[in-house]
Amino acid sequence: MPRLLRSSGLVEDDWRRLAPEEQDFGGQRILVPLDTWLTHREALLERVPQRIGIWLDGDQEPDAIANDLARFGCIAIHFPAFTDGRGFSCARLLRERYGYCGELRAIGDILPDQLHYLWRCGFDAFELPDEVSLDTALDCLGAFSASYQSAVREAARG
Amino acid sequence: MYRYDDRDRTLVRERVRQFRGQTERYLAGELSDDQFRPLRLQNGLYIQRLAPMLRISIPYGLISATQLRRLARIARVYDKGYAHFTTRQNVQFNWPRLEEIPDILEELAEVEMHAIQTSGNCVRNITTDEFAGVAPDEVEDPRPWCELVRQWATFHPEFAFLPRKFKIAISGSEQDRAAIQVHDVGLELYRNAAGEVRIRVFVGGGLGRTPMLGEVIREHLEPRHLRTYLDAILRIYNRYGRRDNKHKARIKIVVKAWGAEEFARRVEREWQHLKDGPNTVTEAELGHFRSFFTAPEYRDPEPNTEAEIQAQTGADRAFARWLERNVRPHRVPGYAAVTLSLKPVGVPPGDVTDAQLEAIADLAETFSLGQARVTHHQNLVFADVRRADLYRLWRELKTLGFATPTIGTLGDIICCPGGDFCSLANAKSIPIAEAIQREFDDLDYLYDLGDLSLNISGCMNACGHHHVGNIGILGVDKKGEEFYQIQIGGAAGSDATLGQVLGPSFYAPEVPRVIGRILETYVRIRHEDETFIETCRRVGVAPFKEWVYAKAA
Repeated sequence: MPRLLRSSGLVEDDWRRLAPEEQDFGGQRILVPLDTWLTHREALLERVPQRIGIWLDGDQEPDAIANDLARFGCIAIHFPAFTDGRGFSCARLLRERYGYCGELRAIGDILPDQLHYLWRCGFDAFELPDEVSLDTALDCLGAFSASYQSAVREAARG
Repeated sequence: MYRYDDRDRTLVRERVRQFRGQTERYLAGELSDDQFRPLRLQNGLYIQRLAPMLRISIPYGLISATQLRRLARIARVYDKGYAHFTTRQNVQFNWPRLEEIPDILEELAEVEMHAIQTSGNCVRNITTDEFAGVAPDEVEDPRPWCELVRQWATFHPEFAFLPRKFKIAISGSEQDRAAIQVHDVGLELYRNAAGEVRIRVFVGGGLGRTPMLGEVIREHLEPRHLRTYLDAILRIYNRYGRRDNKHKARIKIVVKAWGAEEFARRVEREWQHLKDGPNTVTEAELGHFRSFFTAPEYRDPEPNTEAEIQAQTGADRAFARWLERNVRPHRVPGYAAVTLSLKPVGVPPGDVTDAQLEAIADLAETFSLGQARVTHHQNLVFADVRRADLYRLWRELKTLGFATPTIGTLGDIICCPGGDFCSLANAKSIPIAEAIQREFDDLDYLYDLGDLSLNISGCMNACGHHHVGNIGILGVDKKGEEFYQIQIGGAAGSDATLGQVLGPSFYAPEVPRVIGRILETYVRIRHEDETFIETCRRVGVAPFKEWVYAKAA
């Protein structure tokens, strides 16, 4: 089971992530691909809202779920490669434009060295590969104590 | 000159600490080559053909005597005793050891320098006019704006993993000396009818494999919106720039695919959400940035200076030549801006030794308020020299070898490091520059040819800006052999133009002869007072091509 870094510390992920074609909507908490949500919205709405999460790729348009954000207990943005920075913009759109307040997690190929920027763009949970120690992750997360520009965290303090 | 505050110092210190950690994790095998690469590049560290190369940022080309001395120390202690100034107004060391890079970064931090974002797919060093603040045709000093944009771009959390590198240049004068039309974003500061500063925004320019001139997507941006508007441009690029093909990943490809109008419309739509947000520039902030670049206390000109200069030029023809080519007018009477040529024959353009760096630092303190500027022509500028000191400065520069009086002529070649150093290069470039300088070393001939830029790149990446040279030379690889493609008619600046290729490429030994034929053609067909580029524009490439490829009779 993937490990997840939250503000509370390193935890085991208790959300089951559905693959793109998967249609087994059972289980306590499920993380549904964006396309699956768009196709099976009615069926999925029968579930307890807070037990539904969405995951999307950085190249998908977050405005597709803009009106449903309150229904989700979690949104995850998937990074196909750590060099693909689209997820950073996607996160800011969800937080700043659409006002999403729930858990926003970064999943896929991310480096601990990116945690600080991810956090500044609004992520508050991070999938960590096994080989990354908690010490390294926390060190990277707090790499900088100041900033030159306002992103999600700075605006919130604003 | 901008001075660090607590935040700058904290951030640079934290960056050094971060990079030290990354280097240790890499050396311990915790980070793979592929993972470490983007991280080290964002600290200016390349792994090159022969050794690592470290590129250090010189924000908008401004450097102090103290910083020059520190570069000298780094060259001596960590490198082979020299440094290389680049066409991006930065400086590079070609022989540092990977393990010592964090120490070098620490040495730099002590003098308010760093290597942050000098490479990698992020916003790079902001560049501008080397005569900023002193040029007579300036309408707005670009340096405070450069600093504003520098801070906005530094550690921007959203734009550190763009599809490709991103270069911004800013100009604030009538004549564009910052080549803003060949940058991903070019900002032209001007004043409207009411005398207020406005910004004309060019986007999508660039050289490289697909050279293109930028297009205007906004005519009258108000200064307070600069950051939010840049955020909008970068967000559109970050989200929709191509990531499937490295060679099609620059912003110019998106601008071309959508058309400038559609691109502008998408930016505008994005901007509506960001406009007037927390990143809006306040008057107080602008005032803060401007306060670092106020005019120094200039002294009144002495009454007999011009008569003395006249006598000196009469007595010393070499001084007269230098005065004509290497000295430019200053907006304040009694002062001049002096270009130090880093192009003596036989030295790779832009190279300086540790001892020379120290000598330049001393001269900057004696003659130019303790500062120098790096130019994108790979020279240095002393921007605030008293005209009364020109003769004395010239003699010092001559002794040091920085008084080659060829600024703006064929001898003032822009040249990338090429195949001798760079792992990307297809061909060597420095020996070509040297061969051309040797072939055309007669000053009278160079002066007769007048203003003429010759730019050399060792590969398509175009670090030597060959597309915008009046004569451009590009090294190409044909089945393992080095060839050189030659183009003419390019120009940087306000009338930026991309050159046209003459025809089939040449072997290295043929290049000086080919250049000779181009020059002969120009001399034969030019009208009176017509510069090389003007002749090119009037007649096109045909007459040049004809003579270059003419069979020996």
